[in-house]
Amino acid sequence: MSKKDSEYFINRKDNQYEVVIGLEVHAQVLSESKLFSTSATKFGAEPNTQVSLVDAAFPGMLPVINEFCVKQAIKTGIGLNAKINKRSVFDRKNYFYADLPQGYQISQFKDPIVGEGKVILDMPYGQKEVGIERLHLEQDAGKSIHDLDPQNTFVDLNRSGVALMEIVSKPDLRSPDEVNAYIKKLRSIMRYLGTCDGNMQEGSLRADVNVSVRPKGSKEFGTRCEIKNVNSIKFMQMAIEYEANRQVDLIEEGKTIDQETRLFDTKKNETRSMRSKEDAHDYRYFPDPDLLPLEVSEKFIEELRNDIPELPDDKKKRLIEEFKLSPYEANILVSDIDTAKYFEEVVAKMGKNKDIKLAVNWITGELFAVLNSKGLEISQSPVSAKNFAILINLIKNGTISGKIAKTVFELMIDGDKDPQKIVEEKGLKQQSDPKALEALIDKIINDNREKAIEYKQGKEKLFGFFVGQAMKASGGKANPQLINEILKKKL
Amino acid sequence: MSDITKQSLTELVENIKNKKLSSTDVTKAFIDRSEKSEQLNAYITNDFTSALDNAKKFDQKPNLDLKLPGIPMAVKDLFCTKNIKTTAGSKILNNFVPTYESTVTENIWNEGAILLGKLNCDEFAMGSSNETSFFGNVQSPIDKNLVPGGSSGGSASAVAGQLTPVTIGTDTGGSIRQPASFTGIVGLKPTYGSCSRYGIVAFASSLDQAGPMAQNVKDCALLHEVISSYDPKDSTSIDFKRNHYSKELTNNIKGKKIGIPKEYRVDGMPKEIEDLWQKGIQYIKDCGAETIDISLPNTSYALPTYYIVAPAEASSNLARYDGVKYGFRAKGENLIDMYEKTRSEGFGVEVQRRIMIGTYVLSSGYYDAYYLKAQKVRKLIKNDFDEAYKKVDAILTPSTPSSAFKIGEKTNDPVSMYLNDIFTVPVNLAGLPGISIPAGHDSKGYPLGLQIIGKAFDEQNILNIAYAMEEKINFKNKITDWWIK
Repeated sequence: MSKKDSEYFINRKDNQYEVVIGLEVHAQVLSESKLFSTSATKFGAEPNTQVSLVDAAFPGMLPVINEFCVKQAIKTGIGLNAKINKRSVFDRKNYFYADLPQGYQISQFKDPIVGEGKVILDMPYGQKEVGIERLHLEQDAGKSIHDLDPQNTFVDLNRSGVALMEIVSKPDLRSPDEVNAYIKKLRSIMRYLGTCDGNMQEGSLRADVNVSVRPKGSKEFGTRCEIKNVNSIKFMQMAIEYEANRQVDLIEEGKTIDQETRLFDTKKNETRSMRSKEDAHDYRYFPDPDLLPLEVSEKFIEELRNDIPELPDDKKKRLIEEFKLSPYEANILVSDIDTAKYFEEVVAKMGKNKDIKLAVNWITGELFAVLNSKGLEISQSPVSAKNFAILINLIKNGTISGKIAKTVFELMIDGDKDPQKIVEEKGLKQQSDPKALEALIDKIINDNREKAIEYKQGKEKLFGFFVGQAMKASGGKANPQLINEILKKKL
Repeated sequence: MSDITKQSLTELVENIKNKKLSSTDVTKAFIDRSEKSEQLNAYITNDFTSALDNAKKFDQKPNLDLKLPGIPMAVKDLFCTKNIKTTAGSKILNNFVPTYESTVTENIWNEGAILLGKLNCDEFAMGSSNETSFFGNVQSPIDKNLVPGGSSGGSASAVAGQLTPVTIGTDTGGSIRQPASFTGIVGLKPTYGSCSRYGIVAFASSLDQAGPMAQNVKDCALLHEVISSYDPKDSTSIDFKRNHYSKELTNNIKGKKIGIPKEYRVDGMPKEIEDLWQKGIQYIKDCGAETIDISLPNTSYALPTYYIVAPAEASSNLARYDGVKYGFRAKGENLIDMYEKTRSEGFGVEVQRRIMIGTYVLSSGYYDAYYLKAQKVRKLIKNDFDEAYKKVDAILTPSTPSSAFKIGEKTNDPVSMYLNDIFTVPVNLAGLPGISIPAGHDSKGYPLGLQIIGKAFDEQNILNIAYAMEEKINFKNKITDWWIK
């Protein structure tokens, strides 16, 4: 771990304040059906088309645990290096709301399915460990829609009963940047595991953000405020910044901070009080008598453990060792599972005589540029890993130059064309026949006798002129290395 | 045959199988008698027209291999029945028509039975006299203005009054056994997990069990055999090997050891109850079984424990009746106002009382002192039974501390009402099976019941003991048809 720490402080005239942040991330379990019913979970379906009698809490309807969701939660726990609890209990969290059909949410209160764990963040000042307090399974509520009608509120129960994992961190984060890295790391791990798609636009990943401040160097925690339900990293960062400054201002004015729940107003960029500690709901948690305690065997956990794919931290380590990549390059490749998949496929397709560094440069350079300009994810890349690998090999074995390769790449984008064919059809093959090149260079030297003499007399800058002339004469196809060699000999 | 409604289920099944009676004959007879019995107020909803149609359909193509071939049956209005209004005795569900069927009733219809209608009960099964029903109190066929017990009061009244050959009730703290005892019939509360709770309007999930109510033990065994099944739709349903309870029924209980728990001799218990119990002990011995004095030391804590656990679960189970999705909705200024008006107009006094108690005991700051402690005591009560069952095969107790009381006699005294459940509640808390059989009459001629409590999943054993005792007791219910004009 790094000896250095975040240098994020809130500065006032005489004082510096450290910001302490803990997150409760709500991650939607990637599952075809809900936590306690068989209804579908597709995003964007017509309102109330994915609702069973159980989700709508009809009389006499009973929840039945979806084993797949349990597996997903355990896998996530393993990915977070966390303790898996063989016995966990579903509790009822009781409160009334129009989009909560049962009048309670089934959650896990005292005995969560996953206990303490940790994740490692790569910060510019080194690696940072963030503790995980727990992960528990719970149901999502439905959605109240207030703006469709002036008189009525509409309720969409499609989300009602969808499985969520609440991942609670320890108060280990110290800056908006660390929050950014933490969320991205969680998302990366869950996407590798296939347990959450991490799609924040669709609400698959939201967080409650706990913020407190304390004088730099202090060991005591300050009073915290919880900012509810923030659904983008940018908003989380803005909310933290606002909230930390608000708290520091209060302290500077000699006032106290009230422990309360606040909302982040994304339009005004400020947090607002929602309810104080005194007004907090009494949720009357108690074990759900409709569900037996959830018990999983060591064998069940071990089978899932054996099923865990290589996760980002391990993959990064391997790429550095196996391919001699820099930590920076490895990070770029592993942070998103689809990038990692693409890279590894390219590596596989390149065969024996491969140039990994070249492939990495081309992925992070040309390919990322194209994806960016077209607004595509790497999983939607217009150039397949197979053709991409062929292109890299063409450069590596000298068939085409890097410069020609860029032209070829442009042509590949439209319809994922085979670069080999493009090179042949367009006659872009590099001229690497020394005899032909010698003849070409002889002619250029002849045509430019005076310049050749000047070069020999010491005007070395003119070397570039001859390279340029040779490339021009070959239509850009001459092997630049050979040109260099021949020119040096002849001049 | 004019005495069709006097026949037992077993006789009716036999007569239909032998083609001495058609389903139409039987169904007509029970409809006729039900129609003449409006004064009992046993039904909330009747389905007589469809019942008769279904009986005719059955007769056109009778499947006589079924266990309940063409047998008409009314059921407690706590079971959701597809396309038939299901109210749970409450105003809040007065307009509720399920699109689905409870597993227990599904099992019954799958064996050929025909729905007659839905029977009255205490609101959300909360009551011991059937006086909390939104649809009015039920009269006992035993005597005018006598309560039939509760919460399965309509069910007890309908079986004793011969409006249905048998029926099913639900039992959370005694709701099958107490009314069975009050009306001179047999009622079984099965082991928790034996009958699916799917589609039964929930009162207290960890205690609720459906069970059969019948004129005699054999009928009870047959109906239990039909309704008990493993159901993956209920996570608390248990997959164990179920007996052919009626086929395996035997009156040979020689050598069985029956425990007599001293703690059930409660203060102020009428002498006639004590006498009945002694008579029961004698019957047991007459059957060749042995009685052994045992102790269930935590019995006195059962009732207070029950009145914490059951309301706690109920307060949460009943939160779904909020006027938003189905059922009764009162107009309100805003969401909170709508909730408050809907629930205060939609729920009756007893239900509101239990929601209040349940909400209180689960509140932060009180949870440990009430709910958590109650759960611990519940475990102790279960341990008492486990200890006892190391020495005995079953336990014999009175079913209730008194015979039936008059309508209105206890409505203003909830605690004295709750005391009715004192002998039945421990069985629910321990999740055990218990059966009440009629065993005699009190000085007023009202029936009195004895309860046999079994080991978990040992329904066959208590049915056998009940069957053997039934023969010795030779109980005759005194039904005068006072309500029929």
